[in-house]
Amino acid sequence: MGVGIKVNKLNAWFGKTQALYDISMEAPANHATAVIGPSGCGKSTFVRCLNRMHETVPDAKATGKVQIGDIDVYNGSSAVQIRRRIGMVFQKPNPFPTMSIYDNVAAGLKLNGFHNRRRLDEIVERSLQVAALWDEVKDSLRKKSGASLSGGQQQRLCIARALAVQPEVLLMDEPCSALDPISTGKIEELIFQLKENFTIVIVTHNMQQASRVAEFTGFFLLGKLIEFDKTEKIFTTPSDKRTEDYVTGRFG
Amino acid sequence: MRTRFQQGLDDLRARLLHMGGLAEQAVDRACQAYIDRDLVRCQLVLEGESQINVAEREIDEQAFDLLALQQPAAVDLRFILAVTKINSDLERVGDQAVNIAERVMDMVELPKAELPIDMARMAAAVSAMVRRSLESFIEGKAELAQAVLEMDNVVDRMKDEAFITLVKTMNDHPDVTRQALDALLIARNLERVADHATNIAEDVIFWVRGADVRHNVGHEASVHQAVTDTH
Repeated sequence: MGVGIKVNKLNAWFGKTQALYDISMEAPANHATAVIGPSGCGKSTFVRCLNRMHETVPDAKATGKVQIGDIDVYNGSSAVQIRRRIGMVFQKPNPFPTMSIYDNVAAGLKLNGFHNRRRLDEIVERSLQVAALWDEVKDSLRKKSGASLSGGQQQRLCIARALAVQPEVLLMDEPCSALDPISTGKIEELIFQLKENFTIVIVTHNMQQASRVAEFTGFFLLGKLIEFDKTEKIFTTPSDKRTEDYVTGRFG
Repeated sequence: MRTRFQQGLDDLRARLLHMGGLAEQAVDRACQAYIDRDLVRCQLVLEGESQINVAEREIDEQAFDLLALQQPAAVDLRFILAVTKINSDLERVGDQAVNIAERVMDMVELPKAELPIDMARMAAAVSAMVRRSLESFIEGKAELAQAVLEMDNVVDRMKDEAFITLVKTMNDHPDVTRQALDALLIARNLERVADHATNIAEDVIFWVRGADVRHNVGHEASVHQAVTDTH
């Protein structure tokens, strides 16, 4: 099951440049929360702070409190532990090109020392089924490489890979920006189903996508969280003029 | 800035205002036709109906295109939804004007009867409601729309009084029953026009404030907001 995310006064920097200012919000368990805003507003930095990917950038740092379920992300947990519980899917599908479809999905588990063959088979099949890719690849699991799949299939493969380690939270950073409308539709449908078992935070430039898949939406501008509310409120009657100007396309 | 989209919204607004003008003119002409027993004005109302119908279709078509092609959100989405509903109400206002004109044409065929009701006063109140509801749309002001909602009760009372008076007239003076019946139907048509003006005002409030005040739900909150806005 997914767990809730509580962020309190999160600040982030790249060197001396502050990228996030006092972000506080809660993403409820087993729901999708969308993060929207113009380029450079800090939305990707925000999600990368949730699983401590932000600190992999030289000179980058973050302060504040991020609580994911019972884990205090910035206090007493290792980054590796955290990333096991928080899966991430990126803008561009990034399967391991030399690995088979099967090995792509099993990679995270094997890396964690999991080698029970029968159990691995089960998890790979289940992950591919949940990612809605199983029927398309079940006959070529070990024959085809991850890179041989179409863009949409590769992205679902990356989702299956993230799911295989059984995370509680799935972070998605513009997961459909490189996909055609049909593949995008499949990923969106998948997000809808994944919510039953995971908490999802999705960064998207596509406001229609945010309104389609997320129950909650946060609008970021210049590193600040301007408004956070139910998605239908953000897209029909936002409280802040800046949110309204953004969702109506008056800037951004 | 989505310039083309903004132009589309501006164009939609202009079209609706044009249609509003046609509907308002139709009601005014029909009311004046009743007062003056003027068949020429009745004819103008009947001829004007097709223009209103054409305008309704064009507005719906344009709103549909904007929804399908531009994916509006927030205030723009509320605006387009409000326009489609106001459009429908204005078309119905036009229909009510036609009904009134047809009643007047019937009455003119009958001997003139002095009926003890002040239809001119009711017509003036209803015209004012239509005008003000359209003004609230032009100005985008929920306070103006709120004032229209308050006026609806006044018109309802006028209609109720007219009904009682006219039924009594029919009982007391059976020779003017047909004239009284025409007047009664006209009073009902006017009251319906007032209802459409009320709907328009509610849609303006929805557009401007995002509040659904239909069927008195959220009405008090809206009044409170209007008071707050004016301070």
